[in-house]
Amino acid sequence: MLEHLELFFKSIFIDNMVFAVFLGMCSYLAVSKKVATAVGLGAAVIFVLTVTVPLNWLLDQYILQEGALTWLGPEFADYDLSFLSFILFIATIATMVQLVEIVVEKFSPALYNSLGIFLPLIAVNCAILGGSLFMQAREISSFALALNYGFSSGIGWFLAILAIAAIREKIRYSAVPGPLRGLGITFIITGLMGIGFQSFGGMLTGDNEPPAAEEVVKTISPVDIKELTQDAAEIEKDQEAKETNKDLVLNP
Amino acid sequence: MALLSKKDTNLILDPLADNNPITIQVLGICSALAITAELKASVVMSISVLFVMGIGNVVISLLRNLIPSKIRIIVQLIVIAALVIIVDQVLKAFAYELSKTLSVFVGLIITNCIIMGRFEAFALGNGPWRSFLDGIGNAFGYAVILIMVGFLRELLGSGTLFGVPVLGDPIAKTGLYAFGYENNGFMIIPPAALIVVGVLIWIQRAQNKSLIEEA
Repeated sequence: MLEHLELFFKSIFIDNMVFAVFLGMCSYLAVSKKVATAVGLGAAVIFVLTVTVPLNWLLDQYILQEGALTWLGPEFADYDLSFLSFILFIATIATMVQLVEIVVEKFSPALYNSLGIFLPLIAVNCAILGGSLFMQAREISSFALALNYGFSSGIGWFLAILAIAAIREKIRYSAVPGPLRGLGITFIITGLMGIGFQSFGGMLTGDNEPPAAEEVVKTISPVDIKELTQDAAEIEKDQEAKETNKDLVLNP
Repeated sequence: MALLSKKDTNLILDPLADNNPITIQVLGICSALAITAELKASVVMSISVLFVMGIGNVVISLLRNLIPSKIRIIVQLIVIAALVIIVDQVLKAFAYELSKTLSVFVGLIITNCIIMGRFEAFALGNGPWRSFLDGIGNAFGYAVILIMVGFLRELLGSGTLFGVPVLGDPIAKTGLYAFGYENNGFMIIPPAALIVVGVLIWIQRAQNKSLIEEA
């Protein structure tokens, strides 16, 4: 559970698709002029990432990795097909996007009208392929974690495009220098937001320490220490007093 | 017979400045920014894109009458993916360290919008030779920006070019460092790439007023 939570927050804030690794920048810049369209594209990205990352995880585990074909029989144990991963991943993504488009159009015309125009764009969104490639490079260890990774990376991307779209709607009323207007200022704002997001980097660094150590540190505040030392001093005084009493009693 | 007519020359020269894929058309930024902290990585990335775009445009142009338009995106992706696999394998064989630095960004050439954009906009409607020129023209336009950003970030951030110190030794305080110069660590972090590109766009549009966007 802790592992899941950590991956979740890490993918949203620390390894944010847009601000940390610049994935999906093309559509991020092109479709961020209005909040409403940005929300549509963001939702579509969350959805497609959540579907394709676990799917590609399965492909990676059972077809591509070295020794992954063992389930076919022992003679396949030393095949390594990982060089095929690009072509297989992108084919999965392109077909999934087409499939999703068809299914959504059939069963939910309303959703299709809001997402539909963005779905073809998504096949060539670097964030989608990037999600799968990072999943492979970081050796995500279970299906559930892959699902989590896809979903939370999607949310990270969604937050990023939502934020920039809101800023761009506001910036229309500011006096930006002519040559910087539009694209230029968007780049610089994204850069500044990226620097802001870097400060999340320190959020999850304690994963190597046992959690018990942290609790101990938390409970001993300076006040407690003072009280403890006071108590100890008083106890010592009491004991000394008793001993002196004993001495008095023994040696009148 | 001239090898390049005036129109053909424009195919190569246009994307270098006034129709640059990165600063004007805003394509291919995804894989461009993350790897520009070092000049060497920028150069290798540019060469890879040049190769994929040159060959890819020719292949798509040759196939343009055979591809059913409904599945053309998948066909295009497969062609690019095959070329990128070649690039990736060559890098792993001859420049292993560098391929580790580039990590997933070599794979992300597949979804580089410049390539898809040129396939859609040019190679599907033009012959192989002109498509080839258009491909390498756009790849050069991409390379120019990548190398400029890589040059600035490595020079200002680490004081080196291609890993060779050019401004003196920061620890022994020789060269420029003797006068109190310091490396700007800010240039190394990823968001600096965005700001450098933003400033390049600013400079370019200040030079050529016709490129300024409407408010």
